[in-house]
Amino acid sequence: MSAHENAREGYDFAHPLPLPLLAGTFVVLTMLTILTVAQASFEFGSIDVLIVMVIATVKAILVGAIFMHLAWDKPFNIICFIGSFVFVGLFIMFTLFDSRATVKDDIPILDDGIVTASAEK
Amino acid sequence: MSAGSVPSGYEVNDPGYPIPQENYLTNSKGILSWAFTLDHKRIGMMYLVGVCSAFLLGGLLAIGIRLHLFAPDGILFNNGLFKWLAPDKAPNDIYNQVFTLHGAIMVFLFIIPSVPAALGNFLVPVMLGAKDVAFPRLNLSSFYLWVCGAVFFVMALLASGLDTGWTFYTPYSTTTDSSVILATTGAFVLGFSSIFTGLNFIVTINTMRPPGMTWFRMPLFLWATYSTSIIQVLATPVLGITLLLLIAERTMHIGIFDPEYNGDPVTFQHFFWFYSHPAVYIMILPAFGIISELISVHSHKRIFGYRFIAYSSIAIALLSFIVWGHHMFTSGMSPITTIIFSALTFSVSVPSAIKVFNWVATMYKGSISLTTPMVYAISFIFLFTIGGLTGLHLGTLATDLHLHDTYFVVAHFHYVMVGGTVVAFLGGVFHWWPKMVGKMYSELGGKISAAFVFFGFNLTFLPQFVLGSRGMPRRYATYDPEFAALHQMSTYGSLILGVGLFVALFVLLVSLFKGKKAPANPWGGATLEWNCTSPPPFYNFDRPPVVGDPYEFGNIEWDAESDRYVKVEPKRQIVPSEKPADSPAHASE
Amino acid sequence: MATTDAGLASDAHDKPGHGHSDHGHGDHDHDHPSYLAHHFDTPEQQFDSGKLGMWLFLVTEVLFFSGMFCAYAIFRSWRPEVFEGCSQFLNTKLGAINTGVLLFSSFTMAWGVRCAQKEQHKLLTVMLATTLSCATVFLGVKAIEYSHKWHLGLLPAGLFSYDPANLHPEGGPNYLAWICAPFIAITIGVAIWLVVSFLRGAKFQFECAKPLFVVCLFFFVGVGLGTILESGADKEHSSHDTVAVSDAHGSEPGEGHAAVEGHDSHADAVASTDAEPATDHSTDLALIERLASDSTNTGLKADLEARKMQSELASGGIVYDVVDDTSATVAHAEDNVLRPSRAGVFFSIYYCMTGIHAIHILAGIGVMVWLLVRSVRKDFNHNYFGPVDYVGLYWHIVDMIWIYLFPLMYLIR
Repeated sequence: MSAHENAREGYDFAHPLPLPLLAGTFVVLTMLTILTVAQASFEFGSIDVLIVMVIATVKAILVGAIFMHLAWDKPFNIICFIGSFVFVGLFIMFTLFDSRATVKDDIPILDDGIVTASAEK
Repeated sequence: MSAGSVPSGYEVNDPGYPIPQENYLTNSKGILSWAFTLDHKRIGMMYLVGVCSAFLLGGLLAIGIRLHLFAPDGILFNNGLFKWLAPDKAPNDIYNQVFTLHGAIMVFLFIIPSVPAALGNFLVPVMLGAKDVAFPRLNLSSFYLWVCGAVFFVMALLASGLDTGWTFYTPYSTTTDSSVILATTGAFVLGFSSIFTGLNFIVTINTMRPPGMTWFRMPLFLWATYSTSIIQVLATPVLGITLLLLIAERTMHIGIFDPEYNGDPVTFQHFFWFYSHPAVYIMILPAFGIISELISVHSHKRIFGYRFIAYSSIAIALLSFIVWGHHMFTSGMSPITTIIFSALTFSVSVPSAIKVFNWVATMYKGSISLTTPMVYAISFIFLFTIGGLTGLHLGTLATDLHLHDTYFVVAHFHYVMVGGTVVAFLGGVFHWWPKMVGKMYSELGGKISAAFVFFGFNLTFLPQFVLGSRGMPRRYATYDPEFAALHQMSTYGSLILGVGLFVALFVLLVSLFKGKKAPANPWGGATLEWNCTSPPPFYNFDRPPVVGDPYEFGNIEWDAESDRYVKVEPKRQIVPSEKPADSPAHASE
Repeated sequence: MATTDAGLASDAHDKPGHGHSDHGHGDHDHDHPSYLAHHFDTPEQQFDSGKLGMWLFLVTEVLFFSGMFCAYAIFRSWRPEVFEGCSQFLNTKLGAINTGVLLFSSFTMAWGVRCAQKEQHKLLTVMLATTLSCATVFLGVKAIEYSHKWHLGLLPAGLFSYDPANLHPEGGPNYLAWICAPFIAITIGVAIWLVVSFLRGAKFQFECAKPLFVVCLFFFVGVGLGTILESGADKEHSSHDTVAVSDAHGSEPGEGHAAVEGHDSHADAVASTDAEPATDHSTDLALIERLASDSTNTGLKADLEARKMQSELASGGIVYDVVDDTSATVAHAEDNVLRPSRAGVFFSIYYCMTGIHAIHILAGIGVMVWLLVRSVRKDFNHNYFGPVDYVGLYWHIVDMIWIYLFPLMYLIR
């Protein structure tokens, strides 16, 4: 059956990825995980979050491009997926901008204290 | 069935294939054939019945609100009947619950699914020339999720009501005794329903277009639906997580939104409006699409500025995501953010204005037939323009501080949502009713309903602009006696509006039994849905449609003998839609 | 693009009786193969539609999670010291292992898609079962993490009842047993199914039940792994018995103490060189070294390296500077970290994000079981591998979210 379908339009469109590529990606991802855990023991100050996020983004791009074979996918699918992050960016950017601009996180040191034994029992 | 008895264009191999001459309404019978149908047309019809029931419920609540506000101290809910119905509730509590449920039901159960899910489900594949939407089962599940969400809302209504306003603002929503969890669960489920519909349409329009149907040969209703779907897919998940966190806040006190646990209520408003502002465009964009079709078909003239209307739909969809802050000018946002959001808000008015100008330009020198749908479309343009322009007052930071939470806001969004979406929805239903059920309705009755709706609507909401600018706050159960005259006008108007809607319903229902059979093309439309029979067969087209220019009216003429529109000459060849047709009728453009 | 191609092929459908001869395929009598839905013209159109649908669904997933990431960003920027302090309660080892497990499952899933495309049915079943097993290991480890924190009272803001003076409040439910109960029930159910299908000679059912039973067992491997890493050296590696696990769990050594003591020392001596955490690190180190020696887990070894480096740094006298807040003094901030009014929000966000992530894992398990049954049935071929591909995409995005969650939750300094 498949032999006949090969010749037809709209059939035989599968694009299997080579196994070494998949395995290599997995190895790189594992190394990056080790890297991100390892860097947590160094002190980088304020760029710390940045480093962590860059490593995570590299990992996410690897997963997206190869495991999700986005690198070989239709442009529209890529636009959809990347576009979603643009909107996430807008959402977080505006909201975070506002919440930082207001500086209203003034939690009074109330009577809640450091929890005493009576709280649970 | 033997191959010989089947006209060309049918697929004999398909087991689900209906007998020819049958349409989608008659090809299978019984309740179960509807309950488990995967046919987009039947799902669309079920949605139509569903959203109209929700509209009826929400509308009755609205009448309740208006009747209560007839006198400064309130009338309706002071009545002994309500004391007997809800002994533990003061009249003002009942009022709070009624306006909340009116808002929530109208927004979540009616307006959001009205055009996209009801008309869109019916029309998108037919206009596109496809057999069905891409995911028929997802489509059906989306309808049942809607039903499920509706059940949750009715349960909330029956359990202990809901008095937070449809916006569920914290901290009130985390402290009130009313059934917030039931209602938010309902809204969460309805969000999924909306996402599935939007997802389905995007995929359908992307991958199911038949040969010849290029992007710029798509009717503008499809462009509008496509833009709507983009918003549904991008914005609705954020509502989902917001409501989920709100439920967690109520049950576990997670301290994200609730100030009692050092959460931040303004964050809730950011989350909520990130969805709900784009949701406003979920409500109005499909209405724009309907109006583009109606104006063009009933003016028998090519739509003016096709590409501008198409692109402006997409532009509105994308811009809608960066203006949500204008709902929060007085909520304690930082001053700099309010200024930014105020400035960004004006950007949305540009594509909206482009549309209005293009519609008016389309009517200019067209041969307008004042049919019922056209009357609705014209009143849409009038009402939406008022609604849109008053929006500018609210987008302007300085005036909004004065007008915020007054009746001015109420009047503004009712001009957009009712004067805009509901009028367009009614116009759309009247326009496609012959296609949907195969029966013509009484033109006179239709026009009477349009007149009542137009007059009643303006009488209801024009006084509210005045009320608002004079300082009448929204959501109050009682008011100062100086506002009484305007409130009474508004109440009379709402009754007239109600009568108009019932007339419309009556006209349509009567047509089911007494209407004469509808021809395939009663209005002289050029889009694909007028190519198939009324009502369409199960797979929409007897033969694969030849896709042409959706706004080429040069070869469609009224044939008085057969009392219908016919194609006059088979010159209907594929003309690139972007250029005006070469026929002299369109030289005036 | 694709649609126009597909449309051309559809012309063949229009004239029944001619369609087949046009293509010269006399031997198959359907233009529509059984796997092709009636409203699609070609398998490619069906695949493209499904794929686009899946991508759009992933877009909704991204935006769904964005709300929680947004909440995280807001509260972290407001209360950095709270996030820093509370993050110490999360066990980096468990987080790292779960990251590794999910990455591996992503790899096997991608391999599974390849198998489906190449019609390697047996291998596809193996790959799906491996992916499922990783998913259950993940959940097993998560069960340990959750039950441990619930026991300590590290709960969302409103329920937060952590008390450093009383780490073992009596009378609380045995959370681990409650989490494990449904999994035990399912495992027993699958075991019965396995036996019954074997006895009745129902080959297909037996073929399905076999991998699923292994998958179920892996949940308890995860629980065991989590227990070992969480609670210290006195636990047996192969402890699958949940009752024993939870009993042992009650004794509460290890990580919880270490973190807490670390805190106390911070509060006491702000400018000291952190002698106590350093000793904690060295005991931890010995423990992990021992575990790593008898375990082949790469994640663990990686963690060991990290720990070694960390303890070197600590002994080198680097101050473990916890606070980067301009308005408050170090002592002041430390004092506030464990107030329910402040610490709770970290755990709220932690539970919301990881909890919803875990729900996504559960959903993924559900659909993959369905895939596994279909792969045993040999439903997929090179023109119809869509479902495997779509579920794969879903699984990868779940992995991708965890890739961000892990450093954001576990690795805050």
